[in-house]
Amino acid sequence: MTKPLVLRGGRVVDPSQGRDEVADLVIENGKITGAGRNQGAPEGAEIVDCAGLVVAPGFIDVHCHLREPGREDVETIASGARAAAAGGFTAVCAMPNTDPVTDNQAAVGFIVRQAQRANAARVYPIGAISIGQKGETLAEFGEMVGAGAVAVSDDGKPVASAQLMRSALEYARTFGIPVADHCEEPTLAKGGAMNEGLVSARLGLKGIPSEAEEIMAIRDILLARRTGGHVHLCHMSTRGSVELIRWGKERKIGVTAEVCPHHLSLTEAEVEGYDTNAKMNPPLRTADDVAALQEAVKDGTIDVIATDHAPHHYDEKEREFADAPNGIVGLETALAVNVHWLVASGIIGLPTLVDRMSCGPARIFHLPGGTLRAGSIADVTVFDPAAKWTVDPAAFRSKGRNTPYAGRTLTGRVHATIVGGELIHRLAR
Amino acid sequence: MTGPLGKDLLALEPLTAEQINLVLDTAEPFKEISERAIKKVPTLRGATIVNLFFEASTRTRISFEFAEKRLSADTVNVASSGSSVQKGETLVDTARNLEAMRIDMVVIRHGASGAAQFLAERIESNVINAGDGTHEHPTQGLLDLLTLRDHFRRLAGVKVCICGDVLHSRVARSNIWGLKKLGAEVAVCGPRSLMPNAIDELGVTVFDRVEDAIQWADALNILRLQLERMTAGYIPSLREYNRVFGVTRERLEKAPKDVLILHPGPMNRGVEIDSDVADGPHSVILDQVTNGVAIRMAVLYLLAGGNPKLAEAAKGGAA
Repeated sequence: MTKPLVLRGGRVVDPSQGRDEVADLVIENGKITGAGRNQGAPEGAEIVDCAGLVVAPGFIDVHCHLREPGREDVETIASGARAAAAGGFTAVCAMPNTDPVTDNQAAVGFIVRQAQRANAARVYPIGAISIGQKGETLAEFGEMVGAGAVAVSDDGKPVASAQLMRSALEYARTFGIPVADHCEEPTLAKGGAMNEGLVSARLGLKGIPSEAEEIMAIRDILLARRTGGHVHLCHMSTRGSVELIRWGKERKIGVTAEVCPHHLSLTEAEVEGYDTNAKMNPPLRTADDVAALQEAVKDGTIDVIATDHAPHHYDEKEREFADAPNGIVGLETALAVNVHWLVASGIIGLPTLVDRMSCGPARIFHLPGGTLRAGSIADVTVFDPAAKWTVDPAAFRSKGRNTPYAGRTLTGRVHATIVGGELIHRLAR
Repeated sequence: MTGPLGKDLLALEPLTAEQINLVLDTAEPFKEISERAIKKVPTLRGATIVNLFFEASTRTRISFEFAEKRLSADTVNVASSGSSVQKGETLVDTARNLEAMRIDMVVIRHGASGAAQFLAERIESNVINAGDGTHEHPTQGLLDLLTLRDHFRRLAGVKVCICGDVLHSRVARSNIWGLKKLGAEVAVCGPRSLMPNAIDELGVTVFDRVEDAIQWADALNILRLQLERMTAGYIPSLREYNRVFGVTRERLEKAPKDVLILHPGPMNRGVEIDSDVADGPHSVILDQVTNGVAIRMAVLYLLAGGNPKLAEAAKGGAA
């Protein structure tokens, strides 16, 4: 049994209870047992001084790629779970585009077991929508949920068939899980390497128009209306998508959505010079899109911020732009990017940030955590919202080093990550 | 050593008007060398240049090779077929191996936009972009500028329309930047399906009909239509392309003035350009080819650190 913990004198920010005050948090037997001023310490408790720090329900990332099985050279469940913990995430959801694809109960069970061995952040598997992510036949949602899957997605590949998406939304209702879709109309996006616009025209790179995302976003929203299912739209990147989601939510359609830190902070201008660390799918868009996404995080049109953590070997990124793989690592920079671009700049307050990184993900994916209510699991993140630090990829716990934030000085740093009452990460002093 | 153009020539977009004029002016004395019985000066004697062609090219590769040889450089041609590139070697490894052989310059043609810059950032040698994907083809842009300047004396105010597949054309991009920097008025003409969506933001006039472009222009630079654009669904047929967008004698006869005709080659006669236009009195297509050698000599000379003021002397063999 781990020692009891007392997080002393931090600013407890817990939007699930509307709480934002300086208080102590007491953790015993893996559960939160008390919160308030001047809490007594249980016998043998470790006291963590949290003065000047924020104590929040643990962050949950509903979208990351841990590459195991298949590409253990670029990430494993263990290295990914440690990277998550270092980034303040107490739980992450692993996308199924592994090799082989996580499309059956045995594959889901493997991830659950590897995560237990890792003993870092919790890892919840997401199962594939279709067998082999081929977009043809539904995978066995029921058995995958039985083995521990919390959602289904063919992420990395769009579900091209509207009929298959309709069936997935209908079938998933039995299990109460979201169907997470990578919105990309494949014929419009084919061969694209960046946002379509002036920069792509100048650089001679094939563009991906906003409409490639928006056409699928509205298709999915309309299918959710038809089926009564829950569609979760992954990594939204355009103003148009925000408007479509808003339209759907106004009509009480079962749609939720996520946005990535990079789409809240960077624009297509990062691609200048053919920097492959600025290549991801969906691509970095325009300043107008960034502003719309920030506003959507603020007003709740977008429910969660998710990393789309996508490690690649440096060799794979060190090549011609059009041939380089999509994606960047995100687990260890997410908090700082969000604090830097959203909180320090005055767009949202800390309670909204904590909601989008913790309470929102727990709510829409029906996961434990996302609250500091007495009796709930003790998944807690402690961070300094004012600390400045410079991103050094060589110091990442992730095996991936592919980040456009290398060398940038950001605001907001994780101090401690507690999973089930256990301190699994502490910032070295 | 870094000359007035910097280490590399990767694109015309980042160059100043002064730098572009410098290349054009430097090319003038080099034109004459190719007219001699003995077409060789010792300017780059001892320099090693690799022509690294990852895409098929006849004209550009030969033009560079003549330019190098007429300046007395030692040259090696590497084509993608038969090299380690075919065995899956990455561009970065190819670059490192070339560098290890202590070369001085690389001329690179590659199918990926940004490939020349990628190479330039990783090796010490001077890099000349001989066409990267659909990005730029700066020496083609420069030779087009020189050809236009030969005819119009100065480029300021000259109306040039680039006709055809602007979307996929590196020649179009280099021409747009070069012409704008030298004060020409630039237009493009072709089907909208072969135009970048953001074409208006590039600061050019867009003509949807070639008849209107011909009415407006002092010169047309007619791009090659890649035949695979049809199968990829950008245009319905070559026959219709010629009927709607082809530059024909009948269309040119309706122009209010003589229109100078340029084409970067290779031509599809009867598609984007009719034979009697290509071979007609206002065509300067072969002048472009001649100027190509002089432009490439000038670029090699300037990147090697040659003093532009001594270019005249260099042709006499004193440099």
